[in-house]
Amino acid sequence: MDFSLSPEQKEMYDLAIKFAKNEMIPFAAEYDEEGTFCEKQIKKAWELGFVNTCIPEKFGGNGFTLLDAVTIGEALSYGCMGMYTSIMCNDLALTPIVVGGSDEQKEKFLRPFTESPKLASFCLTEPGNGSDAAGIKTTIKDGGDHWILNGQKMWITNGGYADLFTVYCTTDPELKHKGICALVVDAKSEGVSIGNKEDKMGQRTSDTRAIQFENVKVPKENMLGSPGDGWKIAMKTLDHSRPLVSSIALGGSQRALDLASQYAKERIQFNVPIAKHQAIQFMLAEMQMKIEAARLLIQKAAWQADQGIQNTIAASSAKAFAADTCMQITTDAVQIYGGYGYSKEYPVEKLMRDAKLIQIYEGTSQIQRLVISREVLK
Amino acid sequence: MNIFVCVKQVPDTETKVQPNGDGSFIETSSIKWIMNPYDEFAVEQALLVKAANAGSTVTVVRVGGVKDTEALRTAMAMGADEAILVEAEDNLDSYSIAKALKGAIEKSDKTPDLILAGKQGIDDDCLQVPQVLAEMMNLPSVAVIVGFEQNGETVTVKREIEGGALEVYEVKTPCVLATNKGINTPRYASLPGIMKAKRKPMQQLTLADVGVSADDRRVKYSDFQLPPEKPPGKKFDAMDEAEQQKVVSEVVGLLRTEAKVL
Ligand SMILES: Cc1cc2nc3c(=O)[nH]c(=O)nc-3n(C[C@H](O)[C@H](O)[C@H](O)COP(=O)(O)OP(=O)(O)OC[C@H]3O[C@@H](n4cnc5c(N)ncnc54)[C@H](O)[C@@H]3O)c2cc1C
Repeated sequence: MDFSLSPEQKEMYDLAIKFAKNEMIPFAAEYDEEGTFCEKQIKKAWELGFVNTCIPEKFGGNGFTLLDAVTIGEALSYGCMGMYTSIMCNDLALTPIVVGGSDEQKEKFLRPFTESPKLASFCLTEPGNGSDAAGIKTTIKDGGDHWILNGQKMWITNGGYADLFTVYCTTDPELKHKGICALVVDAKSEGVSIGNKEDKMGQRTSDTRAIQFENVKVPKENMLGSPGDGWKIAMKTLDHSRPLVSSIALGGSQRALDLASQYAKERIQFNVPIAKHQAIQFMLAEMQMKIEAARLLIQKAAWQADQGIQNTIAASSAKAFAADTCMQITTDAVQIYGGYGYSKEYPVEKLMRDAKLIQIYEGTSQIQRLVISREVLK
Repeated sequence: MNIFVCVKQVPDTETKVQPNGDGSFIETSSIKWIMNPYDEFAVEQALLVKAANAGSTVTVVRVGGVKDTEALRTAMAMGADEAILVEAEDNLDSYSIAKALKGAIEKSDKTPDLILAGKQGIDDDCLQVPQVLAEMMNLPSVAVIVGFEQNGETVTVKREIEGGALEVYEVKTPCVLATNKGINTPRYASLPGIMKAKRKPMQQLTLADVGVSADDRRVKYSDFQLPPEKPPGKKFDAMDEAEQQKVVSEVVGLLRTEAKVL
């Protein structure tokens, strides 16, 4: 057993941390306040190879492992969780093509993303169906040489900037899981309308929209697999994306710990730095313990995926644990900063707002527990 | 053009430096190493020159410990073509380092057209190696350059002097140039660059290979000590005007008697 990252992974981490410190942190507060989309960061990140980590070498990608990707993800999320959500969204949206597409589809749909900084969105959630994702109401009908797509998607990350959508829909809602299809949809298609940017509590730099499909014609060859394969593709995608989303929580947690421990050494109360008070020390120790545990869980889930081992338990455990931990750690970081922590003048309240989302998207913390308990009770 | 860049590996700027047990150097066991920041400008300049001169190669050379090779790997991930590493202790003096660099450059199969280096290492701040190297190789050199322009066999370089004025030099190549901040904006290495660097050649030499022996040492470190700890700063509060008057005279008094700066 070997717990060390490879020299290249260490360099990837160092490069990503440098990027986080120089290109993300200096803009994070302003983008959060104004809700500015981090287009500049995405473009630069793309130039350095941080975007589309899931695309195989054969189709123009860099051939990264998921372990590489979570290592990069942690470092970039250290810079800003919201920006990284928008950066990794392409992986979420393109992985269905990687796991469910034919070589021809991969060449056609993935290659353009390696040639210029395009964005893609993953469209699963609907206004009426979040946790119960199989309850999809977005439908397709056979229109001869094309499908006709109708329905509405909700909370779609990067929805306002995407060139391509991977859309989950059904031939018949009554069929539940068995009827679900995964379609690649050109965002410029006629009949696609994009809602306004959601005014969110946190991760405000990332773009989140509702998307409406009204009689959208989608070429037949844009379906991944066959009708009914969509659920399997979505679940396989989540096995890959959950470790990646967990790395967002990990990077945010590490940032909160670094800020809190630094502040604790500087802030004097009762004539000593507050770091000398054992109550503060224990809070910091708790943070460190949980970060270490989360990192190991995430690495294991990613490693399993790389080895082709079914990683459902590790991936859901990593997601729930890292997200819940991040919420706790960022809350405690605000606590350690005291009144200053509650002010927007200091960076920790943003971390707390950003963290909350990780317990919600990509399967809530409750849903992860549902997945894990289902496996346990098998 | 054959471009050589001398790079140093230094402790990360956020390192808390500690002397080692016997005072002969700093404790290096848990140090995170980075490429000397001034050398990043040298590597970037080399890559710019390479881009402007088809068929050029950039060789990075480093003298130092072989356990970590971050500086060379970073340079290759940025785009340098190959690396030479001369194995040595990390506390070698400037003279020995310059002699080892000369040996390594001369031993390579390329004749240098341009040798670049950062103006100083941010660890020991000696500002010596590029000039000593130039002298040993009998080449012209300009240090602390902030501007670079190539015109055939000559380069025009600018260096900043006291008061912000610029000195402009025209130098014949081959020459040794030491870069300062401001000459360019170093590129990031990229992830594909990191993957490619893995396959680029890194030649490893010993000090003996490059003709350096213990006798070449001109400077030997006898002790490393931390500076004395600064006493904590004093804070003065003065909300109303009357109080402010009092505080000002108190502060001025302390600056005279205690800090002795007035
Ligand atoms: C900013 C943001 C970005 C997003 N990006 C995307 C995206 O790019 N693509 C996409 O498809 N979706 C995206 N989502 C949607 C996200 O995945 C869903 O919000 C999430 O799955 C929860 O669904 P819901 O909001 O409908 O909540 P609900 O499913 O209504 O859940 C409400 C509450 O009930 C709990 N609950 C529900 N069912 C159970 C149960 N069986 N047992 C116990 N508790 C339960 C939940 O845990 C939660 O606490 C995004 C959401 C947000 C907020």
